[in-house]
Amino acid sequence: METLLTPALKEIAIDAVIGVIKLAVIFNVLLLVFSLMTYIERRILGFMQFRRGPNRTGPWGILQPAADGIKLFFKEELMPEGANKFLFFAAPVVAIITAYVSLAVVPYGGPLVLPFYGPVSLFGRPINIQIADLDVGILFIFAITALGVYSIVFAGYASNNKYALIGGLRSSAQMFSYELALGMSWVSVIMAAGSFRLNDIVAAAERMNPWMWLLIQFPAFVIYMIAACAEVNRTPFDLPEGETELVAGFHVEYSSMKFALMQMAEYINMMTVCALASNMFLGGWLSPLPGVIPNSPLWFFAKMGLLLFVFIWLRATVPRFRYDQLMNFGWKRLIPAAAIWVVLFSGLTAVFGEKKTPPSTVAIIAPAAGQVSR
Amino acid sequence: MTPHAATSSLPPYFPVVMLFLAATGFALFNVILSWLLGRPRPNAAKSSVYECGVPSVAKLSERFPIKFYLVAMLFILFDVDAAFLYPWALVFKELGLFGFVEMMIFMGLLGAGFAYAWKSGAFEW
Repeated sequence: METLLTPALKEIAIDAVIGVIKLAVIFNVLLLVFSLMTYIERRILGFMQFRRGPNRTGPWGILQPAADGIKLFFKEELMPEGANKFLFFAAPVVAIITAYVSLAVVPYGGPLVLPFYGPVSLFGRPINIQIADLDVGILFIFAITALGVYSIVFAGYASNNKYALIGGLRSSAQMFSYELALGMSWVSVIMAAGSFRLNDIVAAAERMNPWMWLLIQFPAFVIYMIAACAEVNRTPFDLPEGETELVAGFHVEYSSMKFALMQMAEYINMMTVCALASNMFLGGWLSPLPGVIPNSPLWFFAKMGLLLFVFIWLRATVPRFRYDQLMNFGWKRLIPAAAIWVVLFSGLTAVFGEKKTPPSTVAIIAPAAGQVSR
Repeated sequence: MTPHAATSSLPPYFPVVMLFLAATGFALFNVILSWLLGRPRPNAAKSSVYECGVPSVAKLSERFPIKFYLVAMLFILFDVDAAFLYPWALVFKELGLFGFVEMMIFMGLLGAGFAYAWKSGAFEW
């Protein structure tokens, strides 16, 4: 065996093993976090509305997600008559695929450093908690989350149900409208970091100081959070689902595990936008007191958890928009605000910011080409 | 490029493909398992289209309000333009003031189009 493994092959084998381990761990941790999220959300909503929330299954009701999961597995599959069978099955599968694949480039706390232990390594290599470290990081996420609209359109169209169709249409129009503002809110971050890679963005925040970074990116952060809330169909913008008018929107006709997959995709998308915000605006795994407390992935999870809590909090507090208010707000307020911020930020950077290289053609094209080809 | 940049002998998109396969397998596994455990036993009432308990009266209409088409069109217009902002933002520090002025001309034209759409009532829902 030893003779068969040339050094190059051995490298590839080690990388593949590390990749598989990371993938398995991240995949399963996300699944666990998803099930905990459903419990925590119901619990927090309960407390905010002066009731108890689920508290019967296990200590403090913590086994509720497991009970729900088992129940959903044994539920009967229903398919409405006249439904498009293939698309009806494809919608939840597409939802899960897009939700998971968009997570591939999100760094979950950079290099794995445990408190009281130090950096963790596997086969003599430092571990970076990230599935794929792509150069096009942000663009990749933008592309994949945009594909997520398909699952909603498929579900709405395939169900042969009026509520589902209206929900699907509303949802696609809403996601299109807010995607513009979402995309534009990233521009100032890319500009300040000079890279699409999320690791580089956190490194740029580290060079500047995370608090300063948040301060100069604050308008973009606010625009991002509003648009992200609309992108994942959370409460002030949950018109596609609006229980009181559309029953459940695009997934009315879904039952059993297909329903669970739709819900799971929604929660995973929510985690993605929170993880992104935490990396792009809040400095990811950097500690809030640089130099005093060490950086750790725990900071990343704390920041992400805080943002998830804000989403739950919003759900308990804010009433739903009317559809015309939603579209007006998106097109007439949020998009102009995002565009003005891009102009303002780029103007200030051009006048006061650091200059990197003299603007000659070679200097412009070479780094750009390097970014793409690497 | 960064202190944490991990070198790997595998192609960079390899883990993405693995994740894609894992997610597909997971989704299919769940759908098929729940289909096996909770076998469908359809009858006329169960498989009728859900409309809050009332029998469905009219066929599903294929005609939607024109607003949705308009939003789709505006989205394509402005999203393609927003996509130009990314490469520009990436090399902005190299471009300096020159890049800023260039982009402002572009944004000005875009803004004029936006103002026209607004004025002509395209954003009125």
